[in-house]
Amino acid sequence: MAKSDLIGGSIWEEYSQKVQDLMNNPRNQGELTEEDAKRLGGELIVADFGAESCGDAVRLYWIVDPKTDKILDAKFKSFGCGTAIASSDTMVELCKGKTVDEAVKITNIDVEKAMRDEPDTPAVPPQKMHCSVMAYDVIKKAASLYKGVDMESFEEEIIVCECARVSLSTIKEVIKLNDLKTVEEITDYTKAGAFCKSCIRPGGHEEREYYLVDILEQTRKEMEEEKLKEQADKQASGEEVPFKEMTMVQKIKAIDKVIDENIRQYLIMDGGNMEILDVKENGEYTDVYIRYLGACSGCASSSTGTLYAIESTLKQKLDPNIRVLPI
Amino acid sequence: MMMKVYLDNNATTMVDPEVKAAMDPYVCEIYGNPNSLHDFGTATHPALRKAMDQMYEALGARDEDDIVVTSCATESNNWVLKSVWLDLIQNGEKDHIITTEVEHPSVTAVCRWLESRGVRVTYLPVNADGIVEAHTVRDFITDKTALVSVMWANNETGAVFPIEQIAEVCKEKGVLLHTDGVQAVGKIAVNVTKAGVDFMSFSAHKFHGPKGVGGLYIRGGRSLTSLLHGGEQMGGRRSGTLNVPGIVGMGKAMELANYYLRFEEQHVRRLRDKLEDAILQIPDTYSVGPRDNRTPNTVLVSVRGVEGEAMLWDLNRAGIAASTGSACASEDLEANPIMIAVGADNELAHTAVRLSLSRFTTEAEIDYTIDVFKKAVERLRAISSTYAYTPKKEGA
Repeated sequence: MAKSDLIGGSIWEEYSQKVQDLMNNPRNQGELTEEDAKRLGGELIVADFGAESCGDAVRLYWIVDPKTDKILDAKFKSFGCGTAIASSDTMVELCKGKTVDEAVKITNIDVEKAMRDEPDTPAVPPQKMHCSVMAYDVIKKAASLYKGVDMESFEEEIIVCECARVSLSTIKEVIKLNDLKTVEEITDYTKAGAFCKSCIRPGGHEEREYYLVDILEQTRKEMEEEKLKEQADKQASGEEVPFKEMTMVQKIKAIDKVIDENIRQYLIMDGGNMEILDVKENGEYTDVYIRYLGACSGCASSSTGTLYAIESTLKQKLDPNIRVLPI
Repeated sequence: MMMKVYLDNNATTMVDPEVKAAMDPYVCEIYGNPNSLHDFGTATHPALRKAMDQMYEALGARDEDDIVVTSCATESNNWVLKSVWLDLIQNGEKDHIITTEVEHPSVTAVCRWLESRGVRVTYLPVNADGIVEAHTVRDFITDKTALVSVMWANNETGAVFPIEQIAEVCKEKGVLLHTDGVQAVGKIAVNVTKAGVDFMSFSAHKFHGPKGVGGLYIRGGRSLTSLLHGGEQMGGRRSGTLNVPGIVGMGKAMELANYYLRFEEQHVRRLRDKLEDAILQIPDTYSVGPRDNRTPNTVLVSVRGVEGEAMLWDLNRAGIAASTGSACASEDLEANPIMIAVGADNELAHTAVRLSLSRFTTEAEIDYTIDVFKKAVERLRAISSTYAYTPKKEGA
């Protein structure tokens, strides 16, 4: 939130001039018929995508030359807001003259970029990116009809955020590499979830197969497991793990080991002993709660010299941020 | 010829020039603080008293009632809901609030927030006419219900709720009743005493008054913890230096609105009906809610095969301002909740367009709008993938 956000704008102010012109006068709106196909010597493809009840629906007409796979002519019809009309129109423009295989490579981002006035200024506001996704999906639908295959076969990887075209593998990689902990961070790093927001969590505009909240939770879990495994492997191979990176169980074991090897024998010699009650993370510190036993309890040195000896041994052997607290 | 036509009067209205004239002296000339002892301050008092008289008169309030001036109806709605929570729910006496599914966000969002604090909230659905009936309210009141909050008239459909009957139910059950009167005041006769409500919110800019000033009617004897503590303004019920020009303007605007009620009922209604009839002559168009139970200035129409925002775009290109609560125009891309609430079929949920007139709307403007609307439907249906379009034959 800042100065520019306090007085809301109208989304219409964020449409590029190209978008506005296409909303007013789409070039490729209309239908193609079997007669048109016959006249051009091609095959007619009619693909529908979306539904009126969702607020977006588009129908794409292609006439494809069966010998060359070239799209000889294309038109669209659309139920949707102005940006859906403009996106569909641009998509059709981009299809024309291409082969079907080339056309499936057109993404919603290509459509949006083609509608920009300035190369670096988005053609539509974030929540309208979704409209160009429809335009992209309908191409795949048309191609699948032409080739007699499933739509999914055109997608090489799993796309989580369709608006920004961010894949599942990219999101997982970014979470792991940058140790991301929140969905907002994922959006900042990848733009996934920045547009129509459907992919963030269930209950948005559109039902999705994958949601960022679940991916984050799953990936964090995987990271924890990987970390544990790594440490266990290190220990097994005799490699030393820094105290800070240890799990709580490992920390307690390590503290116990240092005390057994360096402290306990001296306490026993004096007729005393000690036990570890608890170990707690306290910000940057690790607090070790101990209780003296036998002669140690009540000994004057137990809160001065002995305590200092225990603490400094742990600090030296394990971590300078260990504090020992006798109870 | 391109005209400029404002048909979004449920969003806000033009300040009546008479209102502006009444406010004018209180901006640069009589600008004192009403709480001051000196003449600059006291010079504002006659106008403030007059404005209060105008409001009490227009709303039918009694002397023992309070009409507290606030900054807007959002403040008034927040005040009632949050203070009922503080006064009756936090102490464990009650735990429940009843409202409807179609309230303004300044009621709904507060209710959602109260739910996060442990309050039980019942959101009553509206019937096919877009209203909640009194017997439905009765069915949901329990011993633990602290408040019923039901709007007087709906902002999108104009549907008028049976506030008097709901008030009877609440009185019988001993439950407080708040009504958001924002869309009723100035459009239909509003008499708070006759209606028997405990609280009513209103806002000046919806009836040709200035923005930034509204009010809350509080029935005599009803306690309500203050939200704004500070000076002793408004009898200590709502602190903050009085918005003198705003109050003067609101008083004048309310007086005028009351004066023009018959005009609203006859002239504005006739123009609205003319517009609605013309739109309904286009095949596959619908309007929401029966006309005789709507505010006279409002119609929510649905044009099959044409998305609402696309329609607004075409109207705006021709200089006509309208609105849609649906889909793409808002941040969350969702269907218009009122369309879902009144049970319109799913295909129509994204097609709603609201046209709201005022007493300044002219016949020529309506004729122009009818013409533009028809052309827009023609153009957009030709593009539409979900409407089987038959182009008009030349000369047909």
